Amino acid sequence: MEIGIGHYLTVGAILFTLGIFGIFLNRKNVIIILMSVELMLLAVNINLVGFSAFLNDLVGQVFAMFILTVAAAEAAIGLAILVVYFRNRGTIAVEDINLMKG
Amino acid sequence: MIVQAIAFYLFAAIIIASAVMVIAARNPVHSVLFLILAFFNAAGLFVLVGAEFLAMIMVIVYVGAVAVLFLFVVMMLDINFVELRQGFLNYLPVGALIGLILMIELIFVLTAGTVTPVVPAATGAPIPAIGQVTNTEALGAVLYTRYIYLFQASGMILFVAMIGAIVLTLRSRDGVRRQDAGKQTGRTRAESVEVRKVAPGGGV
Repeated sequence: MEIGIGHYLTVGAILFTLGIFGIFLNRKNVIIILMSVELMLLAVNINLVGFSAFLNDLVGQVFAMFILTVAAAEAAIGLAILVVYFRNRGTIAVEDINLMKG
Repeated sequence: MIVQAIAFYLFAAIIIASAVMVIAARNPVHSVLFLILAFFNAAGLFVLVGAEFLAMIMVIVYVGAVAVLFLFVVMMLDINFVELRQGFLNYLPVGALIGLILMIELIFVLTAGTVTPVVPAATGAPIPAIGQVTNTEALGAVLYTRYIYLFQASGMILFVAMIGAIVLTLRSRDGVRRQDAGKQTGRTRAESVEVRKVAPGGGV
């Protein structure tokens, strides 16, 4: 019953896979896609903290904090773009975003 | 030790269950609420391994800021979510396939690779014993010395994100009465007061 690093890595792996799965499942709803990205970042954070704790190295927690920062910035910018897009188009269906014809 | 194991399995099960609900819930508001639940339980996992500061930051940043931002956006935008869910089942096979492949790869990594608990002493910053220094203090001692440039860079990232979000969403609308201090103090008596001769019984 000893909880080792493998347990934490397994939780992180399952969470990351669920995030990828969520992106594929909700191809139209960009809000759920953003939430799935947050889930994936959470999985990465769990991995970093797990390694940090079981390898006895504080740097993992420092980098988890940086990832937290980037995740917050990404959510803010992503939702701002979403609001602007909704104002212009009246929908948030991401499948027909091809305004830039990239 | 058995209590720790039970707590770990409880937190992990709730995280995974709520992650499933995040991507499968019909109502996006429910998705956001399950996301909050997942973050809370991840904070619980962090407390379990002794990363208390990160756990509290997690609750403050994710639940207090990011999830509430999501909630505001979901509730403020008038979106037909039923329409957006069409084709949900069409994407299921390819999504499941890719998820399965990724899962198998990750399992390979977890089982084939070995994590050696021996770290070269020079590379990392060893975690001090919990009795001597608290987690917050130890984290600060590393963050503000060795990673000070990265810390300031992350501050820059937040600053740019703030300005970007404001610039993107700010709009000037017509028909909104705003206070214009220059215009108010620039008024003269000539343009604001008028003396009229009123005829008796005539009105203005």
